[in-house]
Amino acid sequence: MNAEVNAPTAPEKKEFWRWQESVWVDETKDWKTAKIVTCGIDVGSVSSQAVLVIDGELYGFNSMRTGNNSPDSATNALAGIMDKCGMKQEDIHFVVGTGYGRVNVPFADKAITEIACHARGANYMGGNGVRTILDMGGQDCKAIHCDEKGKVTNFLMNDKCAAGTGRGMEVISDLMQIPIAELGPRSFDVDVEPEAVSSVCVVFAKSEALGLLKAGYTKNKVIAAYCQAMAERVVSLLERIGVEEGFFITGGIAKNPGVVKRIEKLLGIKAMETKVDSQIAGALGAALFGYTLASKKAAAAAA
Amino acid sequence: MIANYGYKDGSGEYYISIDTDKCIDCAAERACLTACPKQMFEIIEDDYDDQVAWIKKPNCRTLSYDCADCKPSSGYTTLPCITACTPGAIKHSW
Ligand code: SF4
Ligand code: SF4
Repeated sequence: MNAEVNAPTAPEKKEFWRWQESVWVDETKDWKTAKIVTCGIDVGSVSSQAVLVIDGELYGFNSMRTGNNSPDSATNALAGIMDKCGMKQEDIHFVVGTGYGRVNVPFADKAITEIACHARGANYMGGNGVRTILDMGGQDCKAIHCDEKGKVTNFLMNDKCAAGTGRGMEVISDLMQIPIAELGPRSFDVDVEPEAVSSVCVVFAKSEALGLLKAGYTKNKVIAAYCQAMAERVVSLLERIGVEEGFFITGGIAKNPGVVKRIEKLLGIKAMETKVDSQIAGALGAALFGYTLASKKAAAAAA
Repeated sequence: MIANYGYKDGSGEYYISIDTDKCIDCAAERACLTACPKQMFEIIEDDYDDQVAWIKKPNCRTLSYDCADCKPSSGYTTLPCITACTPGAIKHSW
């Protein structure tokens, strides 16, 4: 699945943390012939996504950085995907808001937690064998168990600090002055795998990383130490609820092989693969919930 | 569903887990709501439209402090929330 990538706006100061926003539509489908069009909007602390689902199937998405204002971020995310496929808001039958800003999606018909939405989205992306989901979001981390239908059976969320999250990785990217997409691959370009930094707390990790550079560590080695620390931290969260076969990772960090491969090594289990952008799992789950709710509404109206 | 509320930090792991399946037809008449001196429990409608207990958001980040009065350092044998919840839905990790 090749998403069209929006060129980052030309910043005056180089922003190494700036990940690529993307918009994608499945050109093989035509939303105008669909019976039910639904939308999921995930307004997270760092990124916002709008996903369109037609008749229960993924149709398109827009993934962008969250602005200062949740309602605007939701509106902009939706506008981006509607423009791409020539759709208007009145063409959408049901909208579900999710993420930390879910209650601030002004046009949502319902708000559903990101925990339920990530499980539903992962079930679609990875199939009904998905049982354990790790979501590494912008400022929180969730470990979720679900059944074969994507219904949550057990969950744990840590949003107390940005350690082990996308925001933490952005800070390291800026500190090292290395584009965020290069962190993962560069973390393997080391002579010896270093010990994890002792703290993944964003504030302490920053000073620890600077200390390591002064002590003669290469940048790649510092990144490796930070990726290892993140992996150890999320694994300790996962271990609290246990890891079952059918392991799936969602969120932006799923795109960072430096963290993913280290998590897999610690757990002794490989994460399931998907062609769908891992960052849209929450919004996709929201849109799928919207499809179920819209179908029920339509069936009730017809009865 | 087992819902775990809390956090892990440098001092330890602080989670309260609630087996929300037991809340749906609560046999204790929602006793958790009144038993907790810090009023940390609340009944909400979850994502699957069931009425279940959860821990209020602000408490999820301060559990070790919030529960300190119920858990004296000299030890304890019972906790008000666990005693009140006769269906056995509540567990503490520490
Ligand atoms: S936690 Fe216990 S007392 Fe409270 S609603 Fe659930 S089952 Fe009832
Ligand atoms: S230990 Fe005390 S303060 Fe903590 S949840 Fe139970 S009743 Fe409330």
